[in-house]
Amino acid sequence: MGPKALAQVLRHVNFPADSEKLLIGLDKADDAAVYSLTEELALIQTLDFFTPIVDDPYLFGQIAAANALSDVYAMGGQPILAMNIAGFPSCLEEEILSQILQGGADKVKEAGASLCGGHTVVDEEPKYGLSVTGIVDPDDLLSNSGIKEGDLILLTKPLGTGVMVSAIKGGFTSGDQSNPAVNSMLTLNNTALKYFDQYQINACTDVTGFGLIGHLLEMSENSSLQIEIEAPEIPIFAGVREFAESGLLPAGAYKNRDNYQGFVSESGQRDQILYDLMYDPQTSGGLLISVAEEDAAELLIDLYAEELDVAVIAKAQKGKKGIKINWK
Amino acid sequence: MKEIDAKGLACPKPVVLAKKAITSNREVLVIVDNQTAASNLTKLGNKMGAEVSVVEESETEFRVMFKKSKSSDSENEGTNSKNNGAKIYLIPTDTMGDGERELGQILIKGFISTIKELDPLPKRIIFLNSGVKLAVKKDVISYLKELEDKGVEILLCGTCIDYYGLQEEVEVGEISNMFEIADNLNREQVVRI
Repeated sequence: MGPKALAQVLRHVNFPADSEKLLIGLDKADDAAVYSLTEELALIQTLDFFTPIVDDPYLFGQIAAANALSDVYAMGGQPILAMNIAGFPSCLEEEILSQILQGGADKVKEAGASLCGGHTVVDEEPKYGLSVTGIVDPDDLLSNSGIKEGDLILLTKPLGTGVMVSAIKGGFTSGDQSNPAVNSMLTLNNTALKYFDQYQINACTDVTGFGLIGHLLEMSENSSLQIEIEAPEIPIFAGVREFAESGLLPAGAYKNRDNYQGFVSESGQRDQILYDLMYDPQTSGGLLISVAEEDAAELLIDLYAEELDVAVIAKAQKGKKGIKINWK
Repeated sequence: MKEIDAKGLACPKPVVLAKKAITSNREVLVIVDNQTAASNLTKLGNKMGAEVSVVEESETEFRVMFKKSKSSDSENEGTNSKNNGAKIYLIPTDTMGDGERELGQILIKGFISTIKELDPLPKRIIFLNSGVKLAVKKDVISYLKELEDKGVEILLCGTCIDYYGLQEEVEVGEISNMFEIADNLNREQVVRI
């Protein structure tokens, strides 16, 4: 659902989420809920599922799982348990569902967590995802708020999976692992976390349905800072620009743009395609890591050495709250 | 040699520029104006397997020189370091030589089964067009698995696998794309079989 419609719905619902132990709940629009168990331990809970984005069921299962697990990583946590949620049409071969579930199971295993069951219903269209439970030391807990003045914001995966999925569905490009965006979507977001305890990380989230701008806006939301994007630094998957130019931008990108563009100011000559891609909804997108300026270089070097396609795309600074795009 | 004047640029900009330059150049000189930036660049070079030397011209000018050796090139590509300077084999058909097709098919299998005896081993074998049909044949798969165990990378053209409908039969090697294949042809010593 688009962010506007969802907000409209949630406004009419009363949630019993007033426990003191709920460190992060619905009000923060964060990646997952966090519940304090003891002084040293908090529970992270998240759920995500969607319809197939590639034809290969095994790859789809892996992508859906990497996407669901990412919300735990975005909170600085480690996933421990996962459960499947699936919808499947009675007219399709059951073998396909087996392969989807195998893809998910293999990703959960790679993440070092256990998969312990789930629930499947008959549905007109296949759907798959996971509910994931993670743990985190409350001292290491990261949320999407907490950016500090001077922070640099790193993005750990290129942009453009929304457009690429449209291109795959339209038969313009292959949906197998030779496609760098497919490979990226099934890559776990856990690599950068290894280095978080060495540096001053002030906030973290992952780029998913609301696009780069939507998620950066969430990061600026609880601060009084402006996030200035250096547009030329934003990495894009090869081929995505051409697909976007030929009109393969998904509907979600337009919804995001309509919803967020009022919070965005610009300086310099706009690159319209790149501008649109900043609203492209991502599946299993990269982490946005807000790191203290003095630690940015060293963190970046560590991530380069891990062969992550990481870039410094923005800076938090004094100014009008919201997003500013610097086109140069 | 690529030269970058990064004086006056705030951290981590010099690191970002240096990383981009090192990726596509063998020798890179980055000039910065402070010790912290020079130290960061040294760390970057070490992590990326390049030789780094720093000359302090003055308190506000540090010249950081990166030199990539051949071995650091191949390490970056994740290949077996034993295969330095080794060749890349391009197999674009499922036969070998001109003449009777049946004979060509026997020859190419014989060739693949012999590769493991070679010294040095090839760094990588790329299967293209009808070559991918070979790479999914039961008897050939076992030879290729042996080669993979010895550190030889097997790359299969993804478009070709799709075209011939062989997705289910791939048991060995990595699916590759035209960019990676073209990049190999462009940069490496390639032997067309």
